[in-house]
Amino acid sequence: MALIEIENLSVTFTTAGRKVRAVQDVSFKVEAQQSFGLVGESGSGKSTILRAICGMAPITGGQIRIDGKPLPTPRGRAFAAQVQMVFQDPYASLHPRHTVDRVLSEPLAIHGQGGSDAKIEQALIDVGLPPAFRFRYPHQLSGGQRQRVAIARALMLQPQILLLDEPTSALDASVQAETLNLLSRLRAERGLTFVMVSHDLAVIDHMCDRVLVMQNGQAVEELSREALASAAMTTPYARALFAASADRMMEG
Amino acid sequence: MTTLNAWLLDPNPKSRLQSRVGQTWLSWLRFRRNPLAMIGLGISVALIFMSIFAPLLAPYDPIVQSLPDRLLPPLTPGHWMGTDDFGRDIYSRLLYGSRITLYIVMLVILTAPVVGLIIGTVAGYFGGWVDAVLMRITDVFLAFPKLILALALVAVLGPGMVNAVLAIAITSWPPYARVARAETLTVRNSDYIAATRLQGASALRLIWGHVMPMCLPSVIIRVTLDMAGVILTAAGLGFLGLGVQPPLPEWGLMISAGRKFLFEQWWVATMPGLAIFIVSLGFNLLGDGLRDVLDPRSAGK
Amino acid sequence: MTLLSVKNLRVTFDTETGPVQAVRGVSFDLSRERLGIVGESGSGKTMTGRAVLRLIRAPGRIEADAMTFDGQDLMAATETDLRALRGRRIAMVMQDPKFSLNPVMKVGAQLMEGLRQRDHATRAEARGKAIAALQAVQIRDPERVMEAYPHELSGGMGQRVMIAMMLIPDPDLLIADEPTSALDVTVQAEVLNILDDLVKTRGMGLIFISHDLRLVARFCDRVLVMYKGKIVEELAAKDLLQAKHPYTQGLLNCLPRIGGSREPLPALDRNADWAR
Repeated sequence: MALIEIENLSVTFTTAGRKVRAVQDVSFKVEAQQSFGLVGESGSGKSTILRAICGMAPITGGQIRIDGKPLPTPRGRAFAAQVQMVFQDPYASLHPRHTVDRVLSEPLAIHGQGGSDAKIEQALIDVGLPPAFRFRYPHQLSGGQRQRVAIARALMLQPQILLLDEPTSALDASVQAETLNLLSRLRAERGLTFVMVSHDLAVIDHMCDRVLVMQNGQAVEELSREALASAAMTTPYARALFAASADRMMEG
Repeated sequence: MTTLNAWLLDPNPKSRLQSRVGQTWLSWLRFRRNPLAMIGLGISVALIFMSIFAPLLAPYDPIVQSLPDRLLPPLTPGHWMGTDDFGRDIYSRLLYGSRITLYIVMLVILTAPVVGLIIGTVAGYFGGWVDAVLMRITDVFLAFPKLILALALVAVLGPGMVNAVLAIAITSWPPYARVARAETLTVRNSDYIAATRLQGASALRLIWGHVMPMCLPSVIIRVTLDMAGVILTAAGLGFLGLGVQPPLPEWGLMISAGRKFLFEQWWVATMPGLAIFIVSLGFNLLGDGLRDVLDPRSAGK
Repeated sequence: MTLLSVKNLRVTFDTETGPVQAVRGVSFDLSRERLGIVGESGSGKTMTGRAVLRLIRAPGRIEADAMTFDGQDLMAATETDLRALRGRRIAMVMQDPKFSLNPVMKVGAQLMEGLRQRDHATRAEARGKAIAALQAVQIRDPERVMEAYPHELSGGMGQRVMIAMMLIPDPDLLIADEPTSALDVTVQAEVLNILDDLVKTRGMGLIFISHDLRLVARFCDRVLVMYKGKIVEELAAKDLLQAKHPYTQGLLNCLPRIGGSREPLPALDRNADWAR
């Protein structure tokens, strides 16, 4: 039985009488300790699926099951200890007025866990940040450093599943490389399950075992990494996406 | 001095205290570069200084009358701002009156913005019917012109300083609620709120620890800009005889009493008027300067 | 024939904690060719582009030994001289059309604004030129786009409108600051082709600022690589794979590739001497 099961998921937003069907009837499964990628352009609904898993987007059809059990509404503390998310924009995902120490101690405080001093120091070391950064504010950190803090925050509760919403698209190329390396290492060390969203096929190829290509809220094609690497796509959109990214690859 | 400087500007603070103080110091450095803001700060500090040391600075008692000396013009030896119609030194009365002004301002600041902040953040965070109910209550208070409502309250409660402060506070909180709610609506959709909610945080923790700190700058700026209005409202109430009662040297009351002599002995009303003007201007400039420093949009540039 | 010549450009910001140097001695020459300036955030590439147009306000300071455009000294030019240059002879296209187009004016009005005010064209002439400009960027129904507001256009369409707007006065030099970074991957290629076409047919000089080294190499004739305010390498685009500077090599190698290995990506050594 897969760890995460998304079955015929539909998400429709209704604002002022207009309906926006962000996700239409999407299904996929993620096995434990697998890394699953969702790739598509803007408006494809990939980020909306992550938000639906977290309870931040309304599910208007279908079901999401984790470990065979449907998700409770509201998600609750048990869910928080199992699933966490890393957001796209490192400048928006940390509270501007909270120090790194506060950011990392908060999940522990919410769940009534002690030993925060040691855990915070260890968390910083785990993501490759010097413990001396502990009392810095976000604006004293670079984009890459902030994203590391965000990753550390997501891991404070020792979750099983990590949802990653374009974790490196706001970062410079060299910083992206370091961040992706960090994520791969953490995943290997802790046996995490990733669901990663990106618009960059190369990043998805590097990080994920299976990929779902999405367009306009619908699932277009699901590929294994081998199929992606050998350009064995069957749908024209997936091929177009590949061509637009592979272009860059040709030069290098 | 350099070790203190190094401690303040340390890029790797060792404690939360050092971190906070360091950031405050940087904000102060930024504030210092604005000459108008420094003038505003200077005036505000002067007001506080005057009110604390009034007994030492004032050459005469503000309440004791001295009829032979009534209506002396400014620059008379011993009375550089002149005397009023009871022979009391205007300068001394201004100094003691600054205490009353400051008292009123402080009381209002400690009540109205706090109430407004709480109501605004709760309304903005929860939305839906909570928002609707709270905002309609706010609208009711906003619908009345401030002075009229204050007058009505004082008429009901009776004249006096405390009642005047209460009336002003009750009429001042709605704009803070509005401002707090507007900030909350923006902040509510941020990733950091989503991240903390995802950790299982309660609404109380989110509002108190995450939303309110983001609303504080707008509210603080609004407070400094409103202080001028508070002083003027208190002066207005005093002018109408409904606030502070004679013989207390409240500035508005002094203007009212001096109305009778405006053309012949202009200084009786004009001196307190100038005091109100300068203090209001000072708070306004301070508020403007604070906005440049506290606005989170300009932080981190 | 050199169009733009920059010698020892320095941009400094006077912050409350001391001066911060964004650009530290950049020199280059540009003729009617396509020059790419590549760097990560903090490299000073955007500031260099803005310095050419003297668009940096206090507390920023621009200093240079020499900066000339077509024989005219940019450092000594007055604000009036610069206003005559900006838009008319040197144009700038920026990253996100959402932020660079006026959201409360219709597209047509914005396109015609410059023509009517700067060139004193009549309404009919201006409209004609605007429509021609939209057609030049391959917008199929220019009439509809003229009547639309910027938020009603897609990202790629908005950027094309921006390019059209900048090219109406037929400038000699175009500075494009990350013009395709906010666009989807499939749209990027389209917009770049349009830009490429226009630059070639009009014989303009182009400064293309980007963080994407491969994109710039594909699109430009020469590339300048910047790091922390300095130029670390200058080379022809076709020689990119033979780059000698460790930073350039690092940038080339650190990107993941489809079908590449799953080993950790090579990261930059930020402690090396050249990084100071």
